[in-house]
Amino acid sequence: MAFPHRPDAPELPDFSMLKRLARDQLIYLLEQQHEVDKLYKVENKPALSSSEQLCFLVRPRIKNMRYIASLVNADKLAGRARKYKVIFSPQKFYACEMVLEEEGIYGDVSCDEWAFSLLPLDVDLLSMELPEFFRDYFLEGDQRWINTVAQALHLLSTLYGPFPNCYGIGRCAKMSHELWRKLEEEEDGEAKGRRPEIGHIFLLDRDMDFVTALCSQVVYEGLVDDTFRIKCGSVDFGPEVTSSDRSLKLLLNAEDKVFNEIRNEHFSNVFGFLSQKARNLQAQYDRRRGMDIKQMKNFVSQELKGLKQEHRLLSLHIGACESIMKKKTKQDFQELIKTEHALLEGFNIRESTSYIEEHIDRQVSPIESLRLMCLLSITENGLIPKDYRSLKTQYLQSYGPEHLLTFSNLRRAGLLTEQAPGDTLTAVESKVSKLVTDKAAGKITDAFSSLAKRSNFRAISKKLNLIPRVDGEYDLKVPRDMAYVFSGAYVPLSCRVIEQVLERRSWQGLDEVVRLLNCSELAFAGLTKEDKASSESLRLILVVFLGGCTFSEISALRFLGREKGYRFIFLTTAITNSARLMEAMSEVKA
Amino acid sequence: MQLPTVLMAVAAASARDPGGRKRKCGPGTGVRRCPLSAAQQPPAPAMDCYTANWNPLGDSAFYRKYELYSMDWSLKEELRDCLVAAAPYGGPIALLRNPWRKEKAASVRPVLEIYSASGMPLASLLWKSGPVVSLGWSAEEELLCVQEDGVVLVYGLHGDFRRHFSMGNEVLQNRVLDARIFHTEFGSGVAILTGAHRFTLSANVGDLKLRRMPEVPGLQTAPSCWTTLCQDRVAHILLAVGPDLYLLDHAACSAVTPPGLAPGVSSFLQMAVSFTYRHLALFTDTGYIWMGTASLKEKLCEFNCNIRAPPKQMVWCSRPRSKEKAVVVAWERRLMVVGDAPESIQFVLDEDSYLVPELDGVRIFSRSTHEFLHEVPVASEEIFKIASMAPGALLLEAQKEYEKESQKADEYLREIQELGQLTQAVQQCIEAAGHEHQPDMQKSLLRAASFGKCFLDRFPPDSFVRMCQDLRVLNAVRDYHIGIPLTYSQYKQLTIQVLLDRLVLRRLYPLAIQICEYLRLPEVQGVSRILAHWACYKVQQKDVSDEDVARAINQKLGDTPGVSYSDIAARAYGCGRTELAIKLLEYEPRSGEQVPLLLKMKRSKLALSKAIESGDTDLVFTVLLHLKNELNRGDFFMTLRNQPMALSLYRQFCKHQELETLKDLYNQDDNHQELGSFHIRASYAAQERIEGRVTALQTAVDAFYKAKNEFAAKATEDQMRLLRLQRRLEDELGGQFLDLSLHDTVTTLILGGHNKRAEQLARDFRIPDKRLWWLKLTALADLEDWEELEKFSKSKKSPIGYLPFVEICMKQHNKYEAKKYASRVGPEQKVKALLLVGDVAQAADVAIERRNEAELSLVLSHCTGATDGATADKIQRARAQAQKK
Repeated sequence: MAFPHRPDAPELPDFSMLKRLARDQLIYLLEQQHEVDKLYKVENKPALSSSEQLCFLVRPRIKNMRYIASLVNADKLAGRARKYKVIFSPQKFYACEMVLEEEGIYGDVSCDEWAFSLLPLDVDLLSMELPEFFRDYFLEGDQRWINTVAQALHLLSTLYGPFPNCYGIGRCAKMSHELWRKLEEEEDGEAKGRRPEIGHIFLLDRDMDFVTALCSQVVYEGLVDDTFRIKCGSVDFGPEVTSSDRSLKLLLNAEDKVFNEIRNEHFSNVFGFLSQKARNLQAQYDRRRGMDIKQMKNFVSQELKGLKQEHRLLSLHIGACESIMKKKTKQDFQELIKTEHALLEGFNIRESTSYIEEHIDRQVSPIESLRLMCLLSITENGLIPKDYRSLKTQYLQSYGPEHLLTFSNLRRAGLLTEQAPGDTLTAVESKVSKLVTDKAAGKITDAFSSLAKRSNFRAISKKLNLIPRVDGEYDLKVPRDMAYVFSGAYVPLSCRVIEQVLERRSWQGLDEVVRLLNCSELAFAGLTKEDKASSESLRLILVVFLGGCTFSEISALRFLGREKGYRFIFLTTAITNSARLMEAMSEVKA
Repeated sequence: MQLPTVLMAVAAASARDPGGRKRKCGPGTGVRRCPLSAAQQPPAPAMDCYTANWNPLGDSAFYRKYELYSMDWSLKEELRDCLVAAAPYGGPIALLRNPWRKEKAASVRPVLEIYSASGMPLASLLWKSGPVVSLGWSAEEELLCVQEDGVVLVYGLHGDFRRHFSMGNEVLQNRVLDARIFHTEFGSGVAILTGAHRFTLSANVGDLKLRRMPEVPGLQTAPSCWTTLCQDRVAHILLAVGPDLYLLDHAACSAVTPPGLAPGVSSFLQMAVSFTYRHLALFTDTGYIWMGTASLKEKLCEFNCNIRAPPKQMVWCSRPRSKEKAVVVAWERRLMVVGDAPESIQFVLDEDSYLVPELDGVRIFSRSTHEFLHEVPVASEEIFKIASMAPGALLLEAQKEYEKESQKADEYLREIQELGQLTQAVQQCIEAAGHEHQPDMQKSLLRAASFGKCFLDRFPPDSFVRMCQDLRVLNAVRDYHIGIPLTYSQYKQLTIQVLLDRLVLRRLYPLAIQICEYLRLPEVQGVSRILAHWACYKVQQKDVSDEDVARAINQKLGDTPGVSYSDIAARAYGCGRTELAIKLLEYEPRSGEQVPLLLKMKRSKLALSKAIESGDTDLVFTVLLHLKNELNRGDFFMTLRNQPMALSLYRQFCKHQELETLKDLYNQDDNHQELGSFHIRASYAAQERIEGRVTALQTAVDAFYKAKNEFAAKATEDQMRLLRLQRRLEDELGGQFLDLSLHDTVTTLILGGHNKRAEQLARDFRIPDKRLWWLKLTALADLEDWEELEKFSKSKKSPIGYLPFVEICMKQHNKYEAKKYASRVGPEQKVKALLLVGDVAQAADVAIERRNEAELSLVLSHCTGATDGATADKIQRARAQAQKK
């Protein structure tokens, strides 16, 4: 069932190096430098430890600084003298030091940095574990993480050689790319002679494709993420999955043989696969019968452990599937998926709108309702004013008035907007630009485009053929294209763009798409002569998602890789899904 | 054998080299070249014989003295009237006429003069500070001048004042009697003997830590002589008082006795430590010299020179890794080399001379000459020694014959080859070339090596190539104009990096760059670094206009990698040339690098735009906070307004730290939308009473109206109404209402049985019918008030249909009630409803009746094995029928 890679598929680079690097750095920092003996999670509560020295390993956030300050000041009030060390990861921000100073504890703490930015979650997946990237950049316009991204790319290129081909789309992608280039130039010399291991790098901003991220995931790994939330590559299965009284933490990666075979499968195939697997397993157990002593000895010493392990994993995944089924059928998942597909294809808009309305009225889930509204807005290029008002009103009535702020956020990020009446904005824009200088006009255009960020989804969808023509049933067991990750209804936009660019090795012929994506100035490609790159490395592609990527996208690209003999490696600021996106935009009462 | 020929040929070679190219390197005039006594004269017959200046000491070693430069530094004073300091490694010479020694001439200000080793004047300045006791050079070639009051003034090579430091109060009070500058592996140290006969020292003047040494018990007079020793990385002081020797470390003072010291010593007149602190020599009042290890554990040798006058100077003259140890003792007119031999070598000094100990010999300079005295290295000795049959000597001869086109060349070569010593011969020649001072001799040795190499199969070329390169560099820096007379051993010890630094220090940038290029040093360590130094010097030229300097620097430096324009600019700013600094900064490609200096120069706004260019948000933030303190609030905001990136950064900060500022920011921008949001957020953040929250919301409403966001304004007004109402409800009914959503408020009311109020609320807030029905349905089902639910369902036609009734009832597991509503569900959803209540058969009937394919499959999928077998068949039949038609 699982698709094997083509025999000529290139080997993946070895990411264990990154893991070792990070581990050694951390151990050095904690043990050698600061002699840490116990670790606690930083939570908003008083520290329990009674030791003489406290060491905080934190993200450079102002909130964390205030927490530390409160701790230190509490100690001071209690007349306790301790040593405090703050280790910032991946870097220290001046603002944090400022806060420490303003809180009057700058002299009491000493600061250090742990430049850790790349966590290998799997053989082909690196995460920067910066979920805040999305809100910081796409909502608040805070560019602080761009430097971190550039540093991470720089680290990759020093470890795995330069990237001969480079493509990107989006403002953040462009800035990161420029900054990264600058870093490379500054440190020229050593990397020059290296043979590239990875032939292509593709940077893209999350905001060029919100649609894919907003869809319900139906590939197993995505579904597990949507249902149980995968954190740092591991998932907590509760009692309802483990069918025992305690929950269990399970690492989800290629090491898990069972998971590795079903992770990219459409959910409808998973059960069949698992039962087949169970039968095989039983058969293997059954071989015991009729073994002589020697064979039995062999079996016990060599195979039994593996079988038992597999058995355990199998029962866990079956439990997970059951649990997913239970949850999904409760809210009539089919209905939901149908509505999503209708939105993607752009028919029965009225019906979908009332479905959403009902969803809100029934208070099904604030995040889900919000997600559907956003999906409607983006696919329809904004809501018509009447719906915009009524849906929002309904939402506020259902889920509380504080979401007025959420809506303001969503509007700013372009996720939930009102259809602009006609093309008045563009008219004003062109008029204004005639009056003022070019540079100013650029600024004004920027301002306007942020106001009227149109998603143009329908047009893009047509241009890129995102909705496959269905003649007859889409066979999810033998997928034809990347659309299988959404039950054959929709090819993820981000993945399609990557496919197209890789095919052309440039943005040529995609001008219209780029324009529709509002990225006219922001699509770039840098190609170098490929004489040094081996043909194998040219089939390795690093895709960098700025603002997060979903497991569905990963599955889709893995599929594309298998079809075309490529292999994709993913670098993301964090793994995301629709719920995480919506939560990042939500304002919750303090 | 043709031994004389060898000798003659060599002699001819040196005769052909009268030093014409080097004006200053001709035969010396000051010191008579001939050793004093005939007994010690070498047996060589002629003056121009190459080994003529070789003097044997004992059986195994020769010492030679050759001229480095003839000095024309036109000294006004006699050397003996001056304080003199010469830096090792061919370093500069500083002279300060010492007027304080003679009491009378105190009114005349002395002149401090600095010369290169070749006597080229580097600096000359009037001494305006206090009386100087001692001069000395640090390892970085800085001149340390120790004043009588314990203040040490530090000058650069060009007489530029660098800094000063004091050796402490004790020294200030008791005055400085004597001082020494010494070198350790940490740097350069200063040791001071005070008027109270106490010692104070600092082992590293770069990182000044004063150490007061313990007292010597019973010390009434100044010690007759003393020196600093360096053992186990700690500096000690060895001093002689009468017949006793004391060793001072930082903890204690201990008396020491050198092993095997001849009896009858009543005082020590002079002591000398070797360059590496390994050996010590003592000169006693009996004219006896003791030589041993500095640890005073072992005696090497002794010598009695029978001169009782105290020597002016005594220094070690030995080469690293050589077994031979010798000291050079200088009196007024006599120079003596003493070692482990019954005889000594003696020279007459025509003039006042000064000895400078070096790693592998001694430099001797006087008014007119500058010479180098050292032990002849083994390789040179092997090759040039009279009657030498060493392979190197034969090879050199073979090459000469070859040049003469004589077949003797072959004979010599054969001889070497027969012994299998050709490799050794080549190595010897290469090594000996390194130790020769005259380029011509270097050349002929190298030529011989190259000749010999031809007959070897696998001789690695790098030693030869490297030697050629090294010699070229050495010859270049030894040139009179440069004046750094380094020997090969010194050069290797010093390393090329340090040599380059010294050239830079002497502002010899072109030569330094040529050397870098010649040796192909990596740009960042080599050319770029030197260019940067040059630029830093260039900006100090005050007579050149800013534009010219900036242009000149940029022309030379261009985009050379590793050059930091910001460092150069910082130097320019240090010289008070702000404009120039700004011009230079513009060449800096990394905008981030420009920022700190711009801030320092108070060009904060420029710094801000550069920081933004760099993309480093942290840097932007640094500048922002700078600006915030520097500008008044209005100007600060105006600056922010033009920099959206900075603005968003600052907003982020304010959101957490300075809420009021955030409000002001929005106010200034007339950003009413955000202002509204701000107040709304405030209304939640504030844990205060309801009035405060309503006030905040009211402000928000006003802002939203200004922002023409009527929706938000209305929604907020509703929220205010709701809040007040919830408050009233809490007062009247008790329970928790505040902060519930409208929906939840109504639900809570229904659940609490306050149906009237619930309906009132729904009317007041115009809750749409659909929502109300959903809400009531859910709430009543939750209450399991089935009677009320039924009443409600019949109150009017349901705007949401009756399927939800079925669903909700089933959720509460009430199949009975559910069935009631299933019958009322419209035909469109009938099948679904029937399936929900589990009536598969009827569902099948309806579906068949409706001839709806989708519904049929839905029902079919609900058919479970045994019980619904009949139904399934029925559907299949119906389907088949439908298909027939």
